[in-house]
Amino acid sequence: MKKKRDFAPFISSFAAIVCGLIIGFIILLISNPSEAVAGFGTILTGSFTHGSKGVGQVLYYATPLILCGLSVGFAFKTGLFNIGGSGQFLMGAFGGILIGLTCPKLGPFQWVVGLLFATFLGAIWGAIPGILKAYFNVNEVISCIMLNYISLFWVNMAVKGNKVLFNTLRNESKDIPKVATIPKLGLDKVFDGSSVNSGIIIAIVVAILLYIILEKTTFGYELKACGLNKNASKYAGISENRSIVYSMVIAGAIAGLAGGIMLLSGTGRHIEIKDVIPNEGFNGISVALLGVSNPIGVIFSGLFIAYLTAGGFYLQLFHFSKEIIDIIVAVIIYFSAFALIIKKFIEKLNDRKLGKNERMTYNVEDHTITKTKKREV
Amino acid sequence: MELLYFLIQQTLLFMIPLLIVALGGMFSERSGVVNIALEGIMVMGAFTSIFFINLTQGTMSGNIQLILAILIASVTGIVFSLFHAIAAVNLKADQTISATALNMFAPAFAVFIARIINGIVYNKNVQQIEFINTFRMTEVPILSKIPVLGDMLFRNAYITTYVGILILILSSIVLYKTKFGLRLRACGENPHAANTAGIKVERIQYAGVMISGALAGIGGLVFVVPTSTNFNATVSGYGFLAVAVLIFGQWKPKYILLASFFFGFMKALSNSYASIPFLFALNIQSNIYKMIPYIATVLVLIFTSKKSAAPRASGIPFDRMQR
Repeated sequence: MKKKRDFAPFISSFAAIVCGLIIGFIILLISNPSEAVAGFGTILTGSFTHGSKGVGQVLYYATPLILCGLSVGFAFKTGLFNIGGSGQFLMGAFGGILIGLTCPKLGPFQWVVGLLFATFLGAIWGAIPGILKAYFNVNEVISCIMLNYISLFWVNMAVKGNKVLFNTLRNESKDIPKVATIPKLGLDKVFDGSSVNSGIIIAIVVAILLYIILEKTTFGYELKACGLNKNASKYAGISENRSIVYSMVIAGAIAGLAGGIMLLSGTGRHIEIKDVIPNEGFNGISVALLGVSNPIGVIFSGLFIAYLTAGGFYLQLFHFSKEIIDIIVAVIIYFSAFALIIKKFIEKLNDRKLGKNERMTYNVEDHTITKTKKREV
Repeated sequence: MELLYFLIQQTLLFMIPLLIVALGGMFSERSGVVNIALEGIMVMGAFTSIFFINLTQGTMSGNIQLILAILIASVTGIVFSLFHAIAAVNLKADQTISATALNMFAPAFAVFIARIINGIVYNKNVQQIEFINTFRMTEVPILSKIPVLGDMLFRNAYITTYVGILILILSSIVLYKTKFGLRLRACGENPHAANTAGIKVERIQYAGVMISGALAGIGGLVFVVPTSTNFNATVSGYGFLAVAVLIFGQWKPKYILLASFFFGFMKALSNSYASIPFLFALNIQSNIYKMIPYIATVLVLIFTSKKSAAPRASGIPFDRMQR
């Protein structure tokens, strides 16, 4: 019985995905009936159009999605909503290019130091809302949104003001020299012609590490306990403030790492000097929600959204714009918002002690609960 | 003096949309529903109303067109905000999550539909919706002759400025002087007590979210019209900024007015500091001016959050079955 319950959240995610895809199909159908079926097919199969290259691209897109999803999901576990992933990502990106462009002396360790520094800056940017929340009771959603903008303008200023970093002609950061990029580890041979690099491996390793922290250590248990019931955990002697700060530091570090990886990939990604916050942190929210904040689940949800995104590029062949993917993902998130609630509700009811042959049924249509007799098997 | 008038006029352009949207957010939060979907609602409101302007360009006078566009924006906002209301009030879903979904949906939807309609009407596949700005009034008759005030408020102005001020006055009256306002505040503070007193909490929360939808929709239009000549499926984070204004303004209309003025003024400074000699001489980068409102918000939050003025029940789904 217990095993079954562990899969319940994934079933609700699956239901949300189905709903999202159906609504996406309906929108395609309304906007252009003649090409809707072909277009929808492309969403599902487009990413495999070019064989292994397509798979490689999916892995490349999935890297920041998984990491930012892990960042948001980890904070969720402690009951915090990390909407500041984008700012942390941007700080990490800045850390990455700073080392990548100014420290050629580090030789083969340049990318390693770059990623470490990216992680460090991300951690600081995560620590600020954590500390504000723990010691000043500042709502982390708002402080994160503010920090997104502060980091945006600060990074713009720092990049623009530094001749070594700034490419005046293109109004963006300079190209990272080849020696400073993250090694490909032969992945570019396996997935020929794609941009994939060892970043995806780092992402998966981080996911597994987080899973171990959350499920197998006392520290992880304390973090989760704070998220589930902060009064009970306080009573059990867990410092809530400490948990909040650590949780945000780790969440920030992961998002920062994502920024470092993207900028040190050497795949044409730059810090562009414009007043727009990078999307990665917000996409991480969808990934985390779809993966029900479970680190392993996040790997799959990240891959899934990357797969849809890759398919979306080919959709333009059918005169649909690729934004349909964002619409589908938004619908999926919308449905997963209350699928989770209903699931929790049913679980709570099942947990109550019932007669041996009775069970509670939650009636979705009129929100009533009825006691029904189990059928004799 | 000319400079001051210019600065005030600039400030108004940035301030009015923030004011309107933050007031919208106030109605939602004081009814007990957190609404960070304001950004998405702004995008939707701006999208439909700018399309209306685009399609009816030249068929009527600027101000009539703008007023009709405001109506369309508010209706769009209401309809879109209903999705948030259903999730938050009926299904008791996590309000941040459903709002995040709406924020994600709106720009994608706007681009998707804009490309289709642009393709049909103008036979080009672009996502920007162009419009000609025929709404600026260089001088309002009679009123612009008032000394000082006339120069500040009634020259180079848009009718939207007065709509914003009207909304501010109406909001204060509705919130503090009507039965509905009292009930709304009660639902945000203690919905169970309100329920016991016979108030239909769900209905009030629906009303709160719908008002926020209407105002955010208008805010989207009001933001785009003076600052651009096309709509590119974004309101540049103004919805989130409005949430900051709302908190900075401690959920009260008069402080929201001050907060939006502060934000608007800093924004105006960052845009036009180069033409102000003594600021230009200070040699501070525009990015610093852009940063200041956000840093200030964080600082204010640090000092005020210990005993926050936030509606006590905001963000917690109201559940009759509890207690």
